Amino acid sequence: MTTQQTTISVSDLRVSYGSKEVIHGISFDIFRNEIFSVIGPAQSGKTSLLRCLNRTIDFSPHARMSGTITVDGQNVGTMRNVFDLRRKIGMVAPLPVGLPLSIYDNVAFAPRCAGLTHKSDLDALVEKCLTQAALWEEVKDRLNSLGTALSGGQQQRLTIARALSHQPDILCLDEFSIAIDPVTTMRIEDVLQELKNEMTIILVTNLTQQARRLASRTMFLYNGDLVEVDTNEVIFSNTPAKRETYDYINGLFG
Amino acid sequence: MSSTAVARFTGTPFVRKKERLQAVARWSFFSMAILMVILLLAIIGYLVYHAAPSLSWEFLVDVPRRGMREGGIWPALVGTIYLVFISLAIAAPIGVLAAIYLNEYAKDNWLNRLINLAVINLAGVPSIVHALFGLGAFVYAAKLGYSVLSASLTLAIMTLPVIIASTREALSSVPMPFREACWNVGATRWQTIKAVVLPNSISGILTGVILQVSRAAGETAPIMFTGAVFYKAVKRGDFFPYQLTDQCMALSMHLYTVTTQVPDVKESISYATAVVLLGVVLMVNAGAITLRIWMRNRKKW
Repeated sequence: MTTQQTTISVSDLRVSYGSKEVIHGISFDIFRNEIFSVIGPAQSGKTSLLRCLNRTIDFSPHARMSGTITVDGQNVGTMRNVFDLRRKIGMVAPLPVGLPLSIYDNVAFAPRCAGLTHKSDLDALVEKCLTQAALWEEVKDRLNSLGTALSGGQQQRLTIARALSHQPDILCLDEFSIAIDPVTTMRIEDVLQELKNEMTIILVTNLTQQARRLASRTMFLYNGDLVEVDTNEVIFSNTPAKRETYDYINGLFG
Repeated sequence: MSSTAVARFTGTPFVRKKERLQAVARWSFFSMAILMVILLLAIIGYLVYHAAPSLSWEFLVDVPRRGMREGGIWPALVGTIYLVFISLAIAAPIGVLAAIYLNEYAKDNWLNRLINLAVINLAGVPSIVHALFGLGAFVYAAKLGYSVLSASLTLAIMTLPVIIASTREALSSVPMPFREACWNVGATRWQTIKAVVLPNSISGILTGVILQVSRAAGETAPIMFTGAVFYKAVKRGDFFPYQLTDQCMALSMHLYTVTTQVPDVKESISYATAVVLLGVVLMVNAGAITLRIWMRNRKKW
């Protein structure tokens, strides 16, 4: 393996909502083309972290973020064109949200927002993204039916296709498997393994085994503090650096 | 048969008491609900019964004759349609755009809280106060005189806060995750509103606007102060009898005059006027309901 390039660098990130601080100064790096997983119990700041990454935290009233995040060397906090940033980062939410548009429009929405209008380009892109999300075969005959009419697992793959539609360099998945069945989960995990060659994947998950299966490195967040970040060999070994990590992964917590 | 085994599934005094209570609750709620229907039917029935001698197509399209003691109500009907449409043409765009700003763009700061407070309070201002404001602002200060325009503007100000409130209601019924999904793929707020929020709230917005028709049509005080008159000579069946700067007749005003101001009017004429006013309002409401059902069926989640 060649030397690893840092694509996202977070240093001393703090996030607070009103007077309540939910992330207490965490620093870590994410390398290009790795699957980086973030584990930790509820309320540990995982989702807030993702929302800082693409600046959608701006939409929460009273949210404040300090510290620096750089994506490919550019400071996210002071960036002027947040729309390009968000297109660079694909985001998949925990619950599948099919927009109330047709399947085609769901995927074509982001490219259209970015100014792509040629029908043939859009057609090709829609097919490519749906194929990448392992959904094309199931929906290719009914692209004009409603995205919201799909089953939960299909909708989740649709949101993945949508996240891929703006050709991101980084794909963030926030607990993508909580609303879908194990079979679909495995299919999506296969998809992720393929996508890893093209982009960096950040996987926030409650399933430590999923992190173990997919990721090359894992970060353990607990109550807004970074407990440990290391390669999976260390984190999932019997001797991670911190006792809490071992306890959490092995279900001995609390 | 052992008593303990049976007791489990038979009515104990406690169960019977619960059932009685449940029945009482159910029937009292039901009777209150049915009371509304009975009241509405009673009002309509009473009005139509008394209006029957005067009600006819002629009554709708004819002009009042012999000092309103005979003839029809065409000028008042057209006047009301004028006032309602002009006032909504002013209030609806302003109200809907303001509501979109307040619901979709506004951050939670003191300025926007002040705007919200203003909207709520404006909605609570009595119509007679709006009337006086319209008189001062539009008739005198803006020198529009007693006119259709002054009256419409006054009605517009009166309906504006309610349109804002109902539009915000409709907008906030669109689930937040839809917006977040759009923002996540790099859409601006406007792109989000255009693609997802408006298409899914338009039925609610239109319903809210249309329901204001009935309010604008029914108000008497604001137009009485600013532009509605006792009598205006109009040709029978003329669809465009008024200029914007003319004074006009209106149904609500007409009802007031024929009932209280003109001596020796046939009772049935007042009632017939009321029936027409009510009919206009109910027709508009029926239209709003149809529109909502039609749009609701096209709603996509």
